[in-house]
Amino acid sequence: MIWQILGTICYIILAPILGGLLQGIDRKLTARLQGRQGPPLLQPFYDLYKLFSKEVVVVNDVQNFLVGGFLLFVVFSGALFFFGGDLLLVFFSLTLAGIFFTMSSCSANSPYSSMGAQRELMQMMAYEPMVLLVAIGFYVATGTFNVKEIVLHNGMPAIVYLPGIFIGFLYILTIKFRKSPFDLSTSHHAHQEMVQGLTTELSGSVLGLVELSHWYENIFLLGVVGLFLYKASWWSAIAAIVVCAISYFLEIIIDNVFPRVKWQSMLKSAWMVTLVAGVVNLMIIAVI
Amino acid sequence: MKVSKSPWLMHYDGSSCNGCDIEVLACLTPVYDVERFGVMNTGNPKHADIFLITGGINAQNAPVVKQLYSQMPNPKVVVAVGVCACNGGIFKECYNILGGVDTVLPVDIYVPGCAARPEAIIDGVVRAVALLDEKKKALSQEQVSSKEA
Repeated sequence: MIWQILGTICYIILAPILGGLLQGIDRKLTARLQGRQGPPLLQPFYDLYKLFSKEVVVVNDVQNFLVGGFLLFVVFSGALFFFGGDLLLVFFSLTLAGIFFTMSSCSANSPYSSMGAQRELMQMMAYEPMVLLVAIGFYVATGTFNVKEIVLHNGMPAIVYLPGIFIGFLYILTIKFRKSPFDLSTSHHAHQEMVQGLTTELSGSVLGLVELSHWYENIFLLGVVGLFLYKASWWSAIAAIVVCAISYFLEIIIDNVFPRVKWQSMLKSAWMVTLVAGVVNLMIIAVI
Repeated sequence: MKVSKSPWLMHYDGSSCNGCDIEVLACLTPVYDVERFGVMNTGNPKHADIFLITGGINAQNAPVVKQLYSQMPNPKVVVAVGVCACNGGIFKECYNILGGVDTVLPVDIYVPGCAARPEAIIDGVVRAVALLDEKKKALSQEQVSSKEA
């Protein structure tokens, strides 16, 4: 119990620091891949500080409330995950967080942010089946949805049973991390055709909160990647961290190599991967 | 930590020949790489700290420029890049040109040149960034004094 509470507290305190550093590494690596020097490692923290010290232009108060809901439920899902709670509940509350964020940009009544919201809904449609399959896969492999029991389950790490589901999850992680080719709804790169999509009408500290939520979310998602390997022993912890690092590096490479696709291609390919890698994997372990 | 560590930049092309425009974009390329100062190019006035304008102001884009400026949250800095943005340049005498950017907005930094070289643009941006800190300080002092009153 002590470890569970410690995990939750560590997540709440350390996730923003780690998430910011991760984004700093991301920007540095991206710059290096493009032959540039790139910003300082701590640039995301400078950005966040700046956002919190700027004037806030509020379109309507509902929007602030909804962004607050986004942050709250992202932190809740991550905290519950690192507490060792129910994986299904974790994923559902993550979806709720996503809905809050989408609603916040719908409420602004601006064409660009509604466009971003519609694309975000399309993205959710693309990744949500795979996210559910991850939870189901863990259940079939270990007989429980409980994160703590998954970790303590006797036997091989889950990735041995769920390689297809792992690949499928990596695929939709590109959508969740808002990386090219699937950064349709909003992105850090200057995609000017829809201004900034979801975050168009947000400014100052409210935008800062969104940024903070993304850091929490990224660390939580990497936690799910780690769950495929983590087995409550020190060597599996190292393996989990190494695999998380490799996955994130892979996402950065993909981000830099591929151009953005249309939503049709995203939806088709994401569902195809879900079907081929996820469902087939599930069928095989169900039979065995 | 200072506001100037993370200047996000919005770029608007007024009535120009596009030469300065291309030089602005050249600043983002590996050779000049303004991102090493934390500068990010954003298309969104609500995220921007620095408003970079190339080209002169004409009757059609005057309301657009004013609108973009009014949407930017404080503190903000306006940089006029190129001689057209400074005072109308070669187009100054045209019937539709009102003049430089300062005919409609309070310009903080003037970057000369036709076309302005990337080095000059980066110099202008760095000066704008320094000004951003001053404006932030003035803004917080204003808030303090208004609270006391």
